[in-house]
Amino acid sequence: MKLKRSHWSIPYVVFMAIFVVLPLLLILVYAFQDGSGHFTLSNITRFFSDSDALGTFAVSIEVAIENTLICILLGYPAAWILANKDLNRSAVTIILFIMPMWINALMRTLATAELFNTLGITLGKGTLLFGMVYDYLPFMIYPIYNVLNKMDKSYAEAAQDLGATPWQVFWKITVPLSMPGISSGVLMVFMPTVSTFAISEFLTNNKIKLFGTIIQENINSSMWNYGAALAFIMLIIIGISTLFTGDDEREAEGGLI
Amino acid sequence: MKKFLAQAYLWILLVLLYAPLFFIGIFSFTESRVLGNWTGFSTKLYANLFSGSMQGSGSLISAVENTLLIAVVSAFVSMMLGTIAAVGIHNLRGRKKQAVSFLNNIPMINPDVITGVSLFLLFVFLHFSQGYLTVILAHISFGTPYVVLSVLPKLRQMNPNIYEAALDLGATPRQALWKVLVPQLRPGMVSGFFLAFTMSLDDFAVTFFTRGTIGLDTLSTYIYTDARKGGLTPELRPLMTLIFLIILILLVIINVRQEKMNKSTSK
Repeated sequence: MKLKRSHWSIPYVVFMAIFVVLPLLLILVYAFQDGSGHFTLSNITRFFSDSDALGTFAVSIEVAIENTLICILLGYPAAWILANKDLNRSAVTIILFIMPMWINALMRTLATAELFNTLGITLGKGTLLFGMVYDYLPFMIYPIYNVLNKMDKSYAEAAQDLGATPWQVFWKITVPLSMPGISSGVLMVFMPTVSTFAISEFLTNNKIKLFGTIIQENINSSMWNYGAALAFIMLIIIGISTLFTGDDEREAEGGLI
Repeated sequence: MKKFLAQAYLWILLVLLYAPLFFIGIFSFTESRVLGNWTGFSTKLYANLFSGSMQGSGSLISAVENTLLIAVVSAFVSMMLGTIAAVGIHNLRGRKKQAVSFLNNIPMINPDVITGVSLFLLFVFLHFSQGYLTVILAHISFGTPYVVLSVLPKLRQMNPNIYEAALDLGATPRQALWKVLVPQLRPGMVSGFFLAFTMSLDDFAVTFFTRGTIGLDTLSTYIYTDARKGGLTPELRPLMTLIFLIILILLVIINVRQEKMNKSTSK
């Protein structure tokens, strides 16, 4: 058999099958097994009767929604200004906004928590939200900036020529055209917020736990099946949210730095 | 006026975003054990960090070494695997191409915790004892997609006839590979390497689940344990400050390179 160039992808596909696909299937397998390897639904039903886990789940979703909304409200104007050549010409500000994405979130979170402590601010829900916005804002700004930057300016100009006010141009042209950036930003902020572990504990002095922590606690105390069931529930939510945003995401991608 | 307001908004956000980093940076130049307590300018923490003369220094230094070792090895393997994969994906068509691209997206969409837990279950399932090797394999699995995404655009820009021309002019496939293909892809490979490298440096959750119980610590797991014990080791302040600076410099280099490349291709 002649070695075709397309065969070069085979090692990678095999690697990914073992280290990405098989592990995800194992979550499924463990989630529907009891300790001795028999099929069971009890791990899933246990979640729905576990008030601690359900409560954490609700809090995680709530915090994630609030975080996502604040990130859009703060991030959209920033991305818009960054992409607007009349208002911002400096590439440095763009790098400065993106840079925190590349610094360990744990380190940034600890720095934030220490700053709150020094300023005498009590750690709780407020500091959690502030810290989360601080951690995830760049992940919202970046995809929106990317889409706005590549947007064809002639649509906005045409609308203007046809008599639209700047406000109308913004809401009827710019915002709808930047939806792919917003949805990819939501994807990069919402799910990671639900699933963070460690970060919420440091920002609230162990007062508020998020869903990721519950998964980690179960895995670490050798409750693999229940931990896998919780991870499975999260995978379903990821699946649902990518269904809504998945198609748009590819357009927003293009180059990561 | 509009421009002034816009710039003011950007800079207020930036000041807020960077306040904690500046805070750590400023207090890395004082000796106080407690953060936020200024006891005069001193570079003692930096000296301690480099001479290794502090409490529990051995474990901090080995955590830094582990972090770098894991990042370099996994980023290098990611670069090789990802580049070869990108050439393959570039030459795939239709459904197959879509399927592999989808596969490539999974690790980037998956939250850290899911990646960590799923790999933990894999190693348990395979009875693979966890340590350096499992952490490195895990980091390769989430780093390689970034290499693929950095190399693919370079392949799209490349004129496929150049490679064929080299073969027609009598180059062996090996010569054509090293003298034609690799030089064209190199910028994408380098960006991909740095991306995978920083992703590996950044990682906490995946390392946490795949490091096993042999006491392997990277910087982030070290910091996690340290902070849970209550209060950060003071020497972490200069270390974090240095890391912020190194990442900033790396990013500026990558961006300047990219800018140059964009300019040279648009000419």
